Amino acid sequence: MYAIIARAVHFRSRIQGCLSSKGPGGRPALNGLGAPEPASAPARREAAEPLIPMESSEAEPSESRPEEDGAAPCSEPQPPDTMEDCLAKKMEITVSEAEKRTGRNAMNMQETYTAYLIETRAVESQNEGQCSPVDSLWRRYSEFELLRNYLLVTYPHIVVPPLPEKRADFVWHKLSADNMDPDFVERRRIGLENFLLRVASHPVLCQDKIFYSFLTQEGGWKEMVNETGFQLKADSRLKALNATFRVKNPDKRFTELKHYSDELQSVISHLLRVRARVADRLYGVYKVHGNYGRVFSEWSAIEKEMGDGLQSAGHHMDVYAASIDDILEEEEHYADQLKEYLFYAEALRAVCRKHELMQYDLEMAAQDLTSKKQQCEELATGTMRTFSLKGMTSKLFGQETPEQREAKIKVLEEQIQEGEEQLKSKNLEGRDFVKSAWADIERFKEQKNRDLKEALISYAVMQISMCKKGIQVWTNAKECFSKM
Amino acid sequence: MEAEGRVPGPPPLPPAGGGSGSGSGIGIGAGAELPASPPGAARVPLLGAPAEVLELDDEEDDLEVFSKDTSLAEANSFSPSVTISPSSMINQYKFEDEPELRDLFITVDDPESHITAIETFITYRVITKTSRGEFDSCEYEVRRRYQDFLWLKSKLEEAHPTLIIPPLPEKFIMKGMVERFSDEFIETRRKALHKFLNRIADHPTLTFNEDFKIFLTAQAWELSSHKKQGPGLLSRMGQTVRAVASSVRGGVKNRPEMFTEMNDYMETFSQKINVLDKIAHRIYKEEREYFNEMKEYGPIHTLWSASEEDIADSLKGVASCIDKCCKATEKRMAGLSENLLPILHEYVLYSEILMGVLKRRDHIQSELDSKIDALANKKADKDLFSEEIGKLEDKVECANNALKADWDRWKQNMQCDMRSAFGNMADNNLHYYEECLATWESFLASQTVDRHGEEDSEDRP
Repeated sequence: MYAIIARAVHFRSRIQGCLSSKGPGGRPALNGLGAPEPASAPARREAAEPLIPMESSEAEPSESRPEEDGAAPCSEPQPPDTMEDCLAKKMEITVSEAEKRTGRNAMNMQETYTAYLIETRAVESQNEGQCSPVDSLWRRYSEFELLRNYLLVTYPHIVVPPLPEKRADFVWHKLSADNMDPDFVERRRIGLENFLLRVASHPVLCQDKIFYSFLTQEGGWKEMVNETGFQLKADSRLKALNATFRVKNPDKRFTELKHYSDELQSVISHLLRVRARVADRLYGVYKVHGNYGRVFSEWSAIEKEMGDGLQSAGHHMDVYAASIDDILEEEEHYADQLKEYLFYAEALRAVCRKHELMQYDLEMAAQDLTSKKQQCEELATGTMRTFSLKGMTSKLFGQETPEQREAKIKVLEEQIQEGEEQLKSKNLEGRDFVKSAWADIERFKEQKNRDLKEALISYAVMQISMCKKGIQVWTNAKECFSKM
Repeated sequence: MEAEGRVPGPPPLPPAGGGSGSGSGIGIGAGAELPASPPGAARVPLLGAPAEVLELDDEEDDLEVFSKDTSLAEANSFSPSVTISPSSMINQYKFEDEPELRDLFITVDDPESHITAIETFITYRVITKTSRGEFDSCEYEVRRRYQDFLWLKSKLEEAHPTLIIPPLPEKFIMKGMVERFSDEFIETRRKALHKFLNRIADHPTLTFNEDFKIFLTAQAWELSSHKKQGPGLLSRMGQTVRAVASSVRGGVKNRPEMFTEMNDYMETFSQKINVLDKIAHRIYKEEREYFNEMKEYGPIHTLWSASEEDIADSLKGVASCIDKCCKATEKRMAGLSENLLPILHEYVLYSEILMGVLKRRDHIQSELDSKIDALANKKADKDLFSEEIGKLEDKVECANNALKADWDRWKQNMQCDMRSAFGNMADNNLHYYEECLATWESFLASQTVDRHGEEDSEDRP
């Protein structure tokens, strides 16, 4: 259990630590600028805002946590905070419990699901001993999904943090693929908390009202979300992953990014699959040693001189066999960290696709405008530069009347006018999108590099701990054997 | 929170599905083969539920005796002969006798294949170096095939029915997969034959056996002509069969307490050593599977590093650590297969031998007992019987003394061998973990240095 708590704590402190814009990498994070304010970025970076340290002496609503001032991973002196508006700074958020529930679903059939308790508490600045009340409400996974879908549609230029997996994947034989399995539920709880913290610490997303209500308003939230009508705004083409659009002039950076996200997804899933198999085998090696324990003990009963050595060696074999459980449990959390970025790859790809779509629409609109202009010109001058069936038939079956032609030209001219305005706004939209999306992508890249590097380091730490335990056990066993 | 209250200890393992990939799965099947021990008997399990421990399958019964992993067999069999110096021979096997007192050094090497019209067989070179007077020369080199070793063993058993004759490697492996003449099989057999001869050389009585001397020194034709003398193999087999039969028929009435204790001990020992043998093989197998997966694990990180910039170094570092640990695992496995596995197997064979020795002793005693009974019934020919009985009594006393002495010696050797074998296994594992620790620690150090390096450069304007 301790390993799980420690892990949850580490996640949180990692994210909080990165709220202070200087992470372990030492580079200030470019804040997500959001479409409207590119110019104010440099000014923001200089704003001086003292960090708000959390009092660890305050009563904690759930398991113990360290200071949430980011001191844990980043121990160097903090520069001025530039994310003073960020929700995560003002509010402590935890997903503290999970509970099995039964209810009736939309088709009035009984179903079992898990509900998660979200607790929030406003952070009091600079006041010692003041403890604000904890608010809490229960949410189930499907509501988290709804929230995320809303964010995806509403902020297409943002790399939206992913949810933990819906179904257990990359399992090895000891892990259950059952969604109701307590280990799975526990890891999902941590993942959901991580999701909320990521959103709350995102400079743009944290300001969203729906998100805020998700955290604070129990009843009527679903209706509120649906009322935003986001589902209508959703572009179904975005979901069609395999559809390709013949885009002539995509921003090269997005094309590269899409390739990168494909590679990332492929390599991380391969890694996770092999890691699961390695874990399985490691489990086998350790556990079979447990058999030694039992047999040594039985054998020691018939031996006089060897008995003691055998018996105590057997005990150490038991210790060895049992030690793998905690080791692999911790490793699951490492796997979860990698999984997060596996899913982040999808979010990256979504942004690239959005760009592609916008570019495609833009090019189509430009093409349409050009052809309309041409048509207009042909009608006006009576020449036919491009082949058109209409043109042919009118040649064959007689010209149209001048009035008809005038009417057509007028319609076309209106359409051209509209089209030009649309094109202008689409162009502007497109450029804004590229700018703001790329800013968020830069932010994401820094976050990813920090997080993954730390994950790799934590993996090394885990291996070191495992080796040290092994050394201890086998040193003890060796001594027992020498006394046989 | 419900998660915190969770009891450590997963639900019992399901029978192995397809996931693990190997035929003999990790199952809770084999309660039958493991000796039932009353729960309180030996000790209380200290950690975790029994379900945590992987039980051994019934299939382990059929598990081939020597694991077939040619990629890891050291020095493949048909290696050129190496002159082994006496001192290195001493180091190979710890015997209770002082090394300086040994005057007979034997090596078995250089397997060679012989193909005739009727059969194909392997011969091994046996080199003997000695300073003993009764040997005409101080160095001999002969070639022997497995049949010859069998002959020697049966001659020794015949001459010393209640001495513990060392085990020979099995004739052949039952489970079809191992080829009779695979490199690995031959090498394993060679090592076992080497050990066999050296154990005899070390035995205070057997070392002076005449047939042993002939085995070591006679040329091929001399040996075959010598073999033809004396009672055939069949009659000797008959002896043991009768011995087994008589003890099956209900044991011996007047068996001294000491030998009943020995019998009980051997029954339990035999069970335990068999299980230990299976466990060790199972561990080897699991380690090998682990090694196979690890081989794939490292390179993925290198592949990943190709699409990254900032974290490429960290990824490559992890890849290199994993590869090093992979090699360390390989070493660990080699250690297991060179030391622990052969010794455990030898003692599995020993336990069978000892049961046989005890039965033969019982048989000798039952001969005496039945003669005494016959005397009690028939009053006639008292004198004749008394003489016979006298002889038999001597025979029984001899046999008992020989066995007792040899038993004590065997137990001491066993203790020594087990201590060294398991100590060696612990050592192997220690080295493995120490090596892996060093690898990961140096990686970690490199990462922390990078961090501080970056910070320093940031602070500079």
